[in-house]
Formats: sequence, C-alpha cells, structure tokens
Amino acid sequence: MGTLLEVNNLKTRFHTPEGTVYAVNGISFKLDEGETLAVVGESGCGKSVTVMSLLRLIPIPPGEISSGNALYRGVDLLKLAEEDLEHIRGKEISMIFQDPMTSLNPVLTIGRQITESLRTHMGMNTEQASRRAIELLEWVGIPDSTRRLDNYPHQFSGGMRQRVMIAMSLACTPNILIADEPTTALDVTIQAQIIELVIQLREQVGMTMIWITHDLGVVAGLAERVIVMYAGFIVEEAIVDDLYEDPRHPYTLALLAALPRADRRRDRRLKSIPGAPPNLVVEPHGCPFAPRCERVIDRCMNENPVLTQVAANHKIACWIDVQTGAPR
Amino acid sequence: MSETDPLVQVENLKKYFPVTHGIILQRRTGYVRAVDGISFFILRGETLGLVGESGCGKTTAGRTILGLYPATDGTIKIDGLDVRTARGKVMMTFRQKAQIIFQDPFASLNPRWTVNSIIGEPLHVHKLLATEKERSERVKELLELVGLNARHINRFPHEFSGGQRQRIGVARALASEPLFIVCDEPISALDVSIQAQVVNLLEDLQDRIGLTYLFIAHDLSMVRHICDRVAVMYLGVMVEMAGRNDLYENPLHPYTQALLSAVPIPDPKKSRAQKRTILTGDVPSSFNPPSGCRFHPRCPIAKPHCAELVPEWRQIKPGHWVACHEI
Repeated sequence: MGTLLEVNNLKTRFHTPEGTVYAVNGISFKLDEGETLAVVGESGCGKSVTVMSLLRLIPIPPGEISSGNALYRGVDLLKLAEEDLEHIRGKEISMIFQDPMTSLNPVLTIGRQITESLRTHMGMNTEQASRRAIELLEWVGIPDSTRRLDNYPHQFSGGMRQRVMIAMSLACTPNILIADEPTTALDVTIQAQIIELVIQLREQVGMTMIWITHDLGVVAGLAERVIVMYAGFIVEEAIVDDLYEDPRHPYTLALLAALPRADRRRDRRLKSIPGAPPNLVVEPHGCPFAPRCERVIDRCMNENPVLTQVAANHKIACWIDVQTGAPR
Repeated sequence: MSETDPLVQVENLKKYFPVTHGIILQRRTGYVRAVDGISFFILRGETLGLVGESGCGKTTAGRTILGLYPATDGTIKIDGLDVRTARGKVMMTFRQKAQIIFQDPFASLNPRWTVNSIIGEPLHVHKLLATEKERSERVKELLELVGLNARHINRFPHEFSGGQRQRIGVARALASEPLFIVCDEPISALDVSIQAQVVNLLEDLQDRIGLTYLFIAHDLSMVRHICDRVAVMYLGVMVEMAGRNDLYENPLHPYTQALLSAVPIPDPKKSRAQKRTILTGDVPSSFNPPSGCRFHPRCPIAKPHCAELVPEWRQIKPGHWVACHEI
C-alpha cells in the first residue's frame, strides 16, 4: 500500500500580543493508504494544530505555517491555490470535530447541511443529493432518516449529532478522514457506539484515518500506528502494540503510568508527572520534556533530540535508552 | 472506620425540579425527576464513588446532600445532623463540616479575588480566625498543604494553570476543616498527567486528615482507583452499589455491565479481545422517565414485567446492592 500523505518538517506558529506561540515545531510523518494513525497528546501539544495546518484551516494571521510541506498524492497542500484546495477539503480529505454542536449550523436543517457538499463536490441535483443523504443517515445508524432530514441540529442528541457529522464527512467518500477528538464530549456508552460505527465503516470502505485524541484507552482499541506529541514535537512513533508494551520515550512511559485502570485491581498510587507542560511562547530550547523528565541528563537541557529509529517501526526523540538508562 | 457509624446517611432522597410554562402566570406542567429515591451511606474515612452518564442525577444528588438544593423528599444525615431541617447556627456548623470541590477550576473561582480572599473566605465566614493576619497565615499553610507556593498568596486565579486552580479549589474546601467533601468531577477538566497529581493529593489528604469523600465522576477507571465502594446511577435512581473490586469484576446489573464493557482499556491486545455490550439508543429524559425499571427500553435482557414493576433496591449479598428483576 502506498503512502497517501507525507508531512515534512511542518512548523506552525501563532503571532499573539503575548508573543509568538511555537505550536508545531518541525514534525514529519507519513500516512499509508488504509491505515488508522492516532495522534495523542495532552491539551496544547499541537495535535489539532498539526492537522488543521495540513488543510490550512488555521486563521492566518495570527497563524503562520513557517516551513514544511504536506504532500497528498505528491501535491503539496501547503502551496496549493485556495480554490484547488477547496476541491480536496471535504471531498478527498474530510474532518470530524470534537463538538458536534458548534460544528453544525444551528439554523440550517441537517438535510441542507449534508446535501451541500454533495451538490458542490459531486455535482448532484437536489433530489439525488437528498436520496444520498437519506442513505448516509441510515448507514450511520440514524433511524427514520427521511423525516430526520428536516430536523435541526438541536433536535438531535450529542451522539446522534456526531453520527450526523460522520455522515457529512463521508458524503463524498473521502480518501482520508481526520477525526479530531470526536468522542471526547460524549458519554462512555455513546463513545463505544461511535467507535463501533467507525470501525464498521472503516472495514466497509477501507478508509484511511487520522484520529486525534488525548485518550490512550480509545487509541488502543482503534489505531494501528500511534504518534505521541509533546509541546509541538513528535516524541514517539510506533505500531500500537509496541507503544503500549514497549514504550521507549520517558513521556509515553510516564503517561501510561499515570493512567488508572478499570480492568485491574489497584496495586499502587498513580505515578504523577511533576510540573506542567511548557509555555509555548518561549522558543523551544533543548528537549521540551526535560524539565519534567525523571531521566534527564545535561545534554537534554541544551540539545533537542531528533526523532530517530530505535527498532523496526519504532521511533523516539530522546537522548536516553529507557531500557538501560544509559545515554544513546 | 466503623461499620455501625456512617458519617453520611441518605434515605430515599428525591429532588424534583418543577417545569413551568407561561411567562407571567407560570403553570407547573410537570417535574424533572433528577434524583428519584436513592439511599446509601458513607463510612468515616471512606470514599464512595457515584458514577453514571450525563443527566443521571449524580451532580444533583451531591448538591442536594450538601443542602445546596432543598430536597423534595427523604432524609439526609451527616455526622448526626439532619440537613433538611437544619437552620441558622446549626446550618452554619453543617456548612463548616461539609464542603465541595467543583468540576471546572475556571468557573468556580472568582477571577477578581486573590487566592488569599478565596481560601480565606470560609475562615472569615465561620469566624474561625479573628484577624486578617491569622487568616493569611492559615491560607499560606493551606497553600503548602495542597502543594502550591505560599508566596503566591496574592495572585489571581488567571495566573495559575488548570491543575493549580484545582488545588486552590481543594485548599478552599479544606479551609473550614471539614469532615466530608463532595468531589464533583474534580479532575474531568484536567489532562492525564495533572489528573494523577490531584488524585494523589486527595488521597494524601484523606490519609492525613481522615476525610470522607463522595467522589462523583464519569471516568470509571479513576473511580476504581480512588473509591472504596462505587454506586451506579441511571436516570435518577441507583441501579447497583458494591465494593470496587466486587463491582468491576462481578457487575450484576445489565446497565453496569454495559457501562463497564464500554470503558476503553489502554492495552491494545485486551482491547481487541474485549467483549462489548453496545447499548442502543440514548438515555431517555428524566422529565418523562420510562415506566417500571427505567433501564428497560435499552436493556438487553428486559422481560415484559420490567416495563410495569419498579425493581426493588435490595442487598443481594453483603455489601452488594442491586435493583433488577432478573437477578
């Protein structure tokens, strides 16, 4: 399977009155056809800004994509003319957002919102588009879909709204679906419904997905490959099983140790990570995790480690080998 | 901890919110039965978890127990004191003994007050310390107790991060030296690495001061970690209550089973092998809850009589309570 998307050295900054926010600091990754890639990290680690930058959905100014490229089938999305990009956004690459209430237009019916992209991108007429919209709603498990087309977003529950968002994003059978914390605002039983739905749809159409989340539990059940981000950098990248069984970056290790488990008896206190994530207004210097890292050495304070391969399909950005504790 | 002497005792607690229509002549057209007859106790030094999905009434239950909402029916006794009939001085004593930590560390602190005023207010209200100077000294002690820098006493909430603000909320709750604290989703707004810090702080304080907690949360993994016993609510009623390991390893109620099977496990192999019970549909409205057992429209094992009879809340084995016809 080929590479569908390749991102190289992406840097995104925001110029604010408080100073320049270094949101994304030179990240590179690849997305293969048919795979599900998860991007995990805590608030402010740059995971959303990364994908928003790819589709140029960040406000410029104050935002600025200061370097890098994003090759989708060989075409650089960052250099594409706005009108050409519009053919890709929503049609070839589509997005689902965290909060279905703010991403749906409250004064337009669901039917109008789903058919819009079908009419713009697929050249369907109103009748064809409505028929397709009904099919889509049924597909994502919304009962009585013919009548539901005339409903407004507030007439749906949170889980149902997220199903509508998924229907909308799949309307033009995109090649890549980017989901930005799509289940964070939902209850756990509704989250399970949505994840089940996404897994089914993925099998049916062989969808390529980027799933952004802070929830390491959700990632384990869904992703094939995982990128862990911290302060705008990728700190670890691995196949999902390797990441959980053999985490190599101190931050990933610490995150996993800080998680309580519903499937095990309590055996210890949670291991907390001291301190707080760095202030991104300061230009990064040295490893961003160094101030909170248990294994910090002098080199970490001055030099930022680059992402390097340490095993098959496993990359980390760290000066230490966590298994031996020795510098690498 | 003594089995016979619970600190908190709640019997058949109900809290209904009236729903009105009309603007000038408001007519009462019904009630939202947010909490509809729940009973439980919490022992001294114990942590009871109260879990359930949004709208199940867990927050309303917590607030009603503290007298922040007047209860519609039932009894609430905390440290021997009847919360529903308490007035005046008795109520003040109660407020000193029972405190709350809120979910949102951004909305629950007054942005125009310094940390000194926020944490010092309970000391002032309850006349625990006479002078300004004494109060500031105590605030500094409290700041250090929750792991903040005592020199930051004159700062404002916006100068702190989310986790630090939640520590301020904890210090404020501790100021009046309470016996009992309702923790209403205290970590939901925080990142994983910060959640662990706040949870460990709450545990340390419990060990040191012997606090009793009602821990309201929807994060079932954290609840198993921090709580001694766990109660599960659905649409205003309790469906199951048991010791944490008993509940997580041997859930009896079909709702508890579905809820636990939906918890994402951070282990890819386990996660793939996990058998999930996916509930269909959404939680119905508590304005017009289903008849009989409230869970019956979504229940995978519902029988016809479940729609008619309200299941009894009974103890099925020592310490394990459940409300279901089919068990």
